[in-house]
Amino acid sequence: MADFVSDTDTLIRYREDEPVDHAAVTVDSFLDQSNASAVRVEPGDDARELIPHLERLALVEVNFPAFGDGRGYSSARLLREAGYEGELRAVGDVLVDQVAYMRRCGFDAFEPDAALNEDDLETALSRWPEVYQPAADSRTPIWAKRHA
Amino acid sequence: MRILTGNDLKTGAVTWWTGSDWSLHVEDAVDVTGSEDEIARREESARRVNAPYAIDATMDEGSPRPSHIKDRVRAIGPTVRPDLTLKPADPDIGNWVI
Amino acid sequence: MYKYDSYDQQMVDARVEEFRDQARRRLEGKLTEDQFKPLRLMNGLYLQLHAYMLRVAIPYGTLDSRQMHALADIADKYDRGYGHFTTRQNIQYNWIKLEDAADILADLAKVEMHAIQTSGNCIRNISSDHFAGAAADEVVDPRPYAELLRQWSSFHPEFSYLPRKFKIAVIASDTDRAAMRLHDIGIQIVEQDGELGAAFYVGGGMGRTPMIAPCINPFVPLDQLVTYAEACLRVYNRHGRRDNKYKARIKILVHEMGAEEYTRQVEAEFAHLLEQGVEPPFAELERIRTFFEDPLFEADLTDDIDRSDPDFALWVDRNTVAHKADGYVSAVISLKPVGGIPGDATTEQMHLMADLARDYSFDELRVMHTQNIVLPHVRKADLHALWTALEAAGLGSPNLDTVEDIIACPGLDYCSLANARSIPVAQQISERFAANGKTEALGQLKLKISGCINACGHHHAGHIGILGVDKKGVENYQLLLGGSEAEDVSLAKITGPGFDEAGIVDAVETAADVYLRERQDGERFLDTYRRIGMTPFKEALYG
Ligand code: HEM
Ligand code: SF4
Repeated sequence: MADFVSDTDTLIRYREDEPVDHAAVTVDSFLDQSNASAVRVEPGDDARELIPHLERLALVEVNFPAFGDGRGYSSARLLREAGYEGELRAVGDVLVDQVAYMRRCGFDAFEPDAALNEDDLETALSRWPEVYQPAADSRTPIWAKRHA
Repeated sequence: MRILTGNDLKTGAVTWWTGSDWSLHVEDAVDVTGSEDEIARREESARRVNAPYAIDATMDEGSPRPSHIKDRVRAIGPTVRPDLTLKPADPDIGNWVI
Repeated sequence: MYKYDSYDQQMVDARVEEFRDQARRRLEGKLTEDQFKPLRLMNGLYLQLHAYMLRVAIPYGTLDSRQMHALADIADKYDRGYGHFTTRQNIQYNWIKLEDAADILADLAKVEMHAIQTSGNCIRNISSDHFAGAAADEVVDPRPYAELLRQWSSFHPEFSYLPRKFKIAVIASDTDRAAMRLHDIGIQIVEQDGELGAAFYVGGGMGRTPMIAPCINPFVPLDQLVTYAEACLRVYNRHGRRDNKYKARIKILVHEMGAEEYTRQVEAEFAHLLEQGVEPPFAELERIRTFFEDPLFEADLTDDIDRSDPDFALWVDRNTVAHKADGYVSAVISLKPVGGIPGDATTEQMHLMADLARDYSFDELRVMHTQNIVLPHVRKADLHALWTALEAAGLGSPNLDTVEDIIACPGLDYCSLANARSIPVAQQISERFAANGKTEALGQLKLKISGCINACGHHHAGHIGILGVDKKGVENYQLLLGGSEAEDVSLAKITGPGFDEAGIVDAVETAADVYLRERQDGERFLDTYRRIGMTPFKEALYG
């Protein structure tokens, strides 16, 4: 497989720790070799296969080859539900209009093919005053507030 | 002949390329054979048209007639509401479509 | 009826602002059409044959007079004086300007309405029984469950980029008035040993590959309803096909995987999600239920109806339906005048229907999937006054469930995907049967027309279905027989070679004549077809 090191100009992180300094490997090679701490999940990969190895992962990249392919949202949420706390990075065709949902599914870093406009990003992330359902972020759903 | 059609970005109205501008009337459409892609690209990026595409047409009584029925309905309006077509005074406009 | 609290209102208002911003960016050229398209579609804005088209959600088909007035005002102010009520219990406007779209959404938000998720590959508006809360045969009003699911599915972060659109219907009686098993998920609220639960049917649909949903779980406890739905969706989002748009609906997944394997995966995901706390507390369901309590029905009302006017009596017989409360009926306003456009209503008609709902039906209206409007709770004593007002406005057609009560999609007159026009065929058929006087004799005969294989007009589910096809650039129509969307659900079969426009109208009459000749006591068209099969119809049609 090709080398996944990419231009990190477009990288946006919502984490304090240092980014992993080596390239992510495919799920298959990750499962074969024991020393990688960064993996890239493609839409067709089963993110659940990573669950036994979460403690040695520091970065999971979830690739969105096309923004309309929403499998990555489930992959992300599954990993967070399984207790993964490392970096979860959405890469590829990541557009400003999707980032709010991505944050909710547990992504805390974005590396879009095309840089995001910072103002638009800010607007998008602060758009939703409330949420209707719990997800992988810490937001309280409306129903919990109604019955607090 | 090939003619170019699209929708106005702001209003959504069906429009036809006249050689220099966009018109609501298919009668104004000109043959663009060979240059359809270039015009479509240029006009779309200038946002003078949305979702342009070229279609086949023939000359019929001096004005272009789209070859496919779908484009003829587009050119006129809903046949079941002659009052809302571009030719509200012509109750038989539906026949032009067929 | 459900009323927004400040949370619901904030969400809808935020959506309006989001869309206003997106539309601005599109108009300024910061978004390409490719990027903008999925965003506008999630707000119900299509680019159709003649202009932008806006589809407004009417959750589970229920609305009040204020909302109906607002829909009428939008038709007047931003469109061309009419709207089209659809088989998905929504309304569509055909002549919308992109410049106005955000303002329309803002007008809708003022009356607790929106166009959120009325298109796009997300969970669409949830449909339900149009007689909910009024029907004599329901175990409970299904709408609180639909509302619970509406909130859960709104802006769902995981399920907004599904392989394909996703439609859910919720009913609560054995009589299916919502085509429940032809939805991606059909839910029937059932009672078992005094407990309420939800039967889940998954993988139904129409379109090019029609399928009837199998039951994958006969009884999900109500306090796990949302969790179970989430499990169904997650398995679909992860495994539904994305390589081919035409194989992307959940029906294909369930079919290819097998209902058993799909169910197994859902159950496993369900067990996992039960640990995740995604289910709203039961108190939330109780809160929603309070909005759907019965209106204050009067006691001791008369059941007598003065039938001395035969036109009125006919309308009462055809267009009113038994109600759970004595002295009341549900009255159906037909949007199928003979020769008219099925489902269209003018601004004035919408205003009138709103006023009549306020005066005679506890301020409530329903949109039926058959493209008619229901006033759910009308005193029998008020029927004559109601009918008189409807008649004067061209809304008094006495033809519910008859051959004149045709479902028709917009077809080639409005739809860019169409092969053929649907509306003119519907117009000619209703005119034919009104003229030859056979409507009464034919009784219940559900006729449904789609202008292409996408089946928005439910042709697979028609007792008689008509499908528009393209025959070398000329409109052509296939005839189908034997479908049903009701509890006796079945898929219609094609009779044989298609017909041209005049031919299809004749063909429908020929099929109707076969029924009139062959029927036995009490049989509907569908019953006769099921008994005698296709052959006698084929013989009559193709000789
Ligand atoms: C004019 C714009 C419309 C467009 C572009 C459109 C498009 C489509 C498409 C592509 C499908 C097939 C989806 C699939 O199988 O994956 C479909 C299905 C459907 N549409 Fe429409 N439609 C339109 C209008 C309507 C209207 C006006 C109605 C109601 C009268 C409607 C109701 C439905 C229903 C009930 C289905 C079948 C659902 C199913 O496949 O399970 N649509 N539509
Ligand atoms: S069935 Fe076809 S023609 Fe009719 S509305 Fe749907 S997509 Fe359009």
